[in-house]
Amino acid sequence: MKSAREQVMGRIPAAGGGAPPEHLAEATAWPPEKLLARFMAEASALGAKIFEADSAASAAEYLRQLAEQKGGEAVVARRPLVEALHLSGPRFHPQGTFPAAEATLSITQADYGLADTGSLVLFSAEGEGRTLSLLAPVNAVVLPASRILSGLPELFAREPAIADRSSAMVMVTGPSRTADIELTLTIGVHGPGELHVVILREPEVRSQKVSHPPLLAPDS
Amino acid sequence: MKTVLDERIETALEDARLQAVLEQLAFRFATARNQAAADLPNWEELRTQAHAIKRHTIENLSTYLQQLEARVRERGGTVYWADDAAQACSYVVELARARGVKLAVKSKSMVTEEIELNHALGRAGIEAVETDLGEYIIQLAGEKPSHIVAPAVHKSRAQIADLFEKKLGLPHTEDVAKLTATARAVLRQKFLAAGMGITGANFAIAESGSIVLMENEGNIRFSSSAPKIHVAVVGVEKVIPRMADLAVFLPLLARSATGQKLGSYVSILSGARRPGEPDGPEVFHLVLLDNGRTRMLADPVAQPEGSPRRPTLRRQTLYCIRCGACLNVCPVYRKIGGHAYPWVYSGPIGAILTPQMLGFPMAPKLPFASSLCGACRDVCPVKIPIPEMLLLLRSLETESMPGGRWLERTGFRLWAWAMRQPWLYRLGGRAARFIPARLLAAAGPLAWWRKTRELPVFPGESFRDWWRERRAPPAGMTTGRRP
Repeated sequence: MKSAREQVMGRIPAAGGGAPPEHLAEATAWPPEKLLARFMAEASALGAKIFEADSAASAAEYLRQLAEQKGGEAVVARRPLVEALHLSGPRFHPQGTFPAAEATLSITQADYGLADTGSLVLFSAEGEGRTLSLLAPVNAVVLPASRILSGLPELFAREPAIADRSSAMVMVTGPSRTADIELTLTIGVHGPGELHVVILREPEVRSQKVSHPPLLAPDS
Repeated sequence: MKTVLDERIETALEDARLQAVLEQLAFRFATARNQAAADLPNWEELRTQAHAIKRHTIENLSTYLQQLEARVRERGGTVYWADDAAQACSYVVELARARGVKLAVKSKSMVTEEIELNHALGRAGIEAVETDLGEYIIQLAGEKPSHIVAPAVHKSRAQIADLFEKKLGLPHTEDVAKLTATARAVLRQKFLAAGMGITGANFAIAESGSIVLMENEGNIRFSSSAPKIHVAVVGVEKVIPRMADLAVFLPLLARSATGQKLGSYVSILSGARRPGEPDGPEVFHLVLLDNGRTRMLADPVAQPEGSPRRPTLRRQTLYCIRCGACLNVCPVYRKIGGHAYPWVYSGPIGAILTPQMLGFPMAPKLPFASSLCGACRDVCPVKIPIPEMLLLLRSLETESMPGGRWLERTGFRLWAWAMRQPWLYRLGGRAARFIPARLLAAAGPLAWWRKTRELPVFPGESFRDWWRERRAPPAGMTTGRRP
């Protein structure tokens, strides 16, 4: 008896050959100010709360205040951009030392931002898995301004081997939402209902390099 | 002569609440989609490109499926080919049994609705919980989705409040935020306790062995990350060649489905967790499902010379990315809703998918339930020529009926002959004017046919009579002609 694979393949006509169509030409590169402005406009339109940090210290201060305001525990990703903020205090727990499902706040790293959709690009990696940014009702994401790209074509050009880099890449565009009951928009159904984006401005970030580990170091 | 489809249509048309919901749904979704499409300057180029990529992929399906299979295996995943629904279901059930799974969480997936996976798991004593809020609601109610994107849109908040009160013990509330929070709390426990997560996929990337899922709630991220086993059930037509093709398909899908620029979460998953990654499933299984899809690759119609489009007409059904945009603009769907359709796929895409996958006897007259207005073709993000396919399916269905081809040919020959006999035409006209309209309307065998068609009001005087009077005016009247 033929296997299911043989049966399915047997019904598929011979391949026509040829190469897949070429993609549309990419738009010209955007200047940094336009990237930042567009990202902020798109993300805040979706309900994300945005904080532009002049320095690692001001980013850390914002997150400390956020943790105080939300109460409970905060789980902090052990990834370079987040660790460089040196978040410490009784509420902050490095990833792996406290169950993320019981935390109020998670602090994670965005590897990229996408300006034209206001999206954050998160790779699962050591120190920050697939679910840390999903479990807590509030998620704060650290994004360097220099990592904001125009959109998907630029992302796929920059990262030609997404599947080799990680088992999971997720693009987060605004908080978790649903409109399944009478088309009424409701925020925070399974994922976080509150999304904060802490944008690290580039020149100030560089000036921090003297006293802190490099923020933009590769993951591994 | 009345089919199940006719009965369901009558029920839907008499349901005033459903009519109001459908009007609102269609308006909201179609408006959002139109704005989102107008907002992208290269929208039409994207559609053209998406069509071209799908066409290329389907013309080279065996190549890309083999590539996908090889890449998934290289990353440690398991690929299972399922020829039909039964094979797919029994594979998932056996996998769950072998791993001692008692509870599985499911994300919204049309393909698992198609194969009725929940029933198969339930029969084996494995609890399968739908985790998309809308799907969860209809699972509690024991119903089927009525819309690809908004599965529980037919239920009112009062009905949902009753349902949550009865099934979950929640004190009666029609506060949507409270209902949602309750579902969140219940389902959160299920996610954390489940031994298996079952998802579909919007796309499968041949070059990388990845699957891609778009959603708004986060339940897909949970289902694919929290349990130890992740099973993705994916139709063979979901494969696309390259990761970068997503830059074409994701904006089209999100904007066509809900008018969003992107769904809240897009997951690109490439196998189970890797060394160092703190979470994710231990194993990944990809079930590649055919279930009637590859049959559409063979076209039973003899192809006339020089007809470049017709040979691939049926297989274009496989280009569909399940955005639901054609439902929202369809004048038929907007009146009858998803439950009137014979199978899980509703709207224009359901009207072409169902007869091809299940055969005409299972979907009698479905391709005829259309005004062929073409709105579906105009919004389709991958430019599927649905009206042309409906016409093709109509002719195939007629030909498939015993004596159907003979009956139709004879009927039209008779009609053509009658129209060439002036005396017969005149006689018919006189008879129509003579017999009262009410009598015609009540005529037994034609009553069902008349139900959806307006009988024209016959004028008291025929054009021929009118013309004869003008040509030969009574004496004394001028004709306006010069002598």
